Amino acid sequence: MLANFMAWMDKRLPLTDAWNKHLAQYPAPKNFNFWYFFGSLAMLVLVNQILTGVWLTMNYEPSGDGAFASVEYIMRDVDYGWLLRYMHSTGASAFFVVVYLHMMRGLMYGSYQKPRELLWIFGMLIFLVLMAEAFMGYLLPWGNMSYWGAQVIISLFGAIPVIGDDLTLWIRGDYVISGATLNRFFALHVIAMPLVLVILVFLHILALHEVGSNNPEGTNIKKPKGSVKPEELSKFTFHKQYSEKYDIVDAVPFHPYYSVKDIMGVAGFLILFCWVMFFAPEGGGYFMEAPNFEPANGLKTPEHIAPVWYFGPFYTILRVIPDKLLGAIGMFSAIIVLFLVPWFDRGVVKSVKYRSKLHLFNLIQFSICFVVLGALGTLPATPTANLIGTIASFGYFGFFVALWFYSKNEKCKPVPERVSH
Amino acid sequence: MSNVPVNNGRRRFLTAATVVVGGVGVAGVAVPFIGSWNPSARAKAAGAPVEVNVGKIEPGQLIRAEWRGKPVYIVRRTDELVKSLAKHDDQLRDPNSEKAQQPPYATNAYRSIKPEFLVALGVCTHLGCAPTHHNGDFDQFVEGVSDGFFCPCHGSKFDMAGRVFQGVPAPLNLVVPEHSFISEDTLLIGVGQGEA
Repeated sequence: MLANFMAWMDKRLPLTDAWNKHLAQYPAPKNFNFWYFFGSLAMLVLVNQILTGVWLTMNYEPSGDGAFASVEYIMRDVDYGWLLRYMHSTGASAFFVVVYLHMMRGLMYGSYQKPRELLWIFGMLIFLVLMAEAFMGYLLPWGNMSYWGAQVIISLFGAIPVIGDDLTLWIRGDYVISGATLNRFFALHVIAMPLVLVILVFLHILALHEVGSNNPEGTNIKKPKGSVKPEELSKFTFHKQYSEKYDIVDAVPFHPYYSVKDIMGVAGFLILFCWVMFFAPEGGGYFMEAPNFEPANGLKTPEHIAPVWYFGPFYTILRVIPDKLLGAIGMFSAIIVLFLVPWFDRGVVKSVKYRSKLHLFNLIQFSICFVVLGALGTLPATPTANLIGTIASFGYFGFFVALWFYSKNEKCKPVPERVSH
Repeated sequence: MSNVPVNNGRRRFLTAATVVVGGVGVAGVAVPFIGSWNPSARAKAAGAPVEVNVGKIEPGQLIRAEWRGKPVYIVRRTDELVKSLAKHDDQLRDPNSEKAQQPPYATNAYRSIKPEFLVALGVCTHLGCAPTHHNGDFDQFVEGVSDGFFCPCHGSKFDMAGRVFQGVPAPLNLVVPEHSFISEDTLLIGVGQGEA
């Protein structure tokens, strides 16, 4: 019965073929470690955001007069409204935790290197859209931090010479941030950006499956056809799209091997996620900031204004540059350089395991600078904080400059042909 | 297909013509989508002038008025404060108010119509936060200057004439909006001297 149904379907839609190509017969390197959890976790969080987001719109009112009250209504009067909202707000922070770790993985194992440049670009576009999505979502509760956060970020576009002021007016749709701004952000947050995000995630996975996954050793599991002795080939059956072109070694099918492994990751992640969601949904003031518990007030900026933690690194770079236009340029460059990592890195060895001590040191200093910049972004702008922020900004950009120089003739260890365990 | 006669020149011309006409169509369709983001007629109409009674402000005190949704700071400066304005000119970006951040009738040493009253938008010229008024304790930010505005967002500093200090992210002095006095104690924000 089921077999007949599948046969009927397969004649009309390549269902079984797609299942095999992308899951049951997709060759994944057998040596994925902890760092490989975060791709599937990002998908899980995306599903969580879409699902809880749809449910939140059912009671949310996108207007300057009604937004703040409707969020309180969701929190107090709607059955399980508090849970849906905390799932959504905790999910936003979790999304960035997972995505930052996912990007770190890419940097550590050189997963952006040829032939995975486009895969990396799609990933960066996802990151960019995610930041826009989070920024617009943060305006919707219409709290005072929502209001002033949006004020600061939209004003950034005012730094562009000549067209700046007209551009900010056009983005706001009013002379100040108002209900008009809130409404368009709502439309973009719930329809436009999620659509773009889902399409980009689809392209990211399609591009991944075309070039194949990298692995912690940075070896290639697809060898030229006919170059591997039959007894050394992977014992599994892979989809002909892969096995007809290559001799596949050191690989297991994604399903059930990594689907089961990822379930373990999901379980671990959900324990942490639920702990935060139930016991610390405000994240100690970092996920939901104190001034956001009072309604937007266009006449009064909160005493200490800080972005949500995940924008901290970029915000600090903006703040330490004592010039409006250069500050904005510095902040956007911090994201643009990430797009260009595949071209800053002129090396051929992928994994940090086989690269020079200098590269390891550079990666560590970059990670430290990123965390320091993030922490400073949530603290007041004192002279000491600005000095540390300036040093960390140099460390951040220095990573890319140094990489470009030393990667050309870097002394690397020999990379094994095969995964040895 | 290979033996079908093809006129490549004509094919290229038709392709190019279709692309051009289609492109014009796309550009035309984009107009309403982009245009609808402009401020609506209702938003434009909400910019009426605001009257403020300044007679009851204590010397040194700041009051806020709302005009076009923005905070307007009105400070009654003491004589002492007005005199002290000239003392830190060398620490300012634009001490003589040469940049057009104020109407001509406020382009003077104290950036106002009457030296006593400062009228300025409480909108930082960096990224638009509302600076905090520090009455008497501003010397924690600038040594030797007792009063001023400090922006909590990115640390920009302004003196009591709304002039920006050097070495901060804000590039310009605070904006002095069009304003006039319709009687001794009544300030009208949004209409300039001699316009009404």
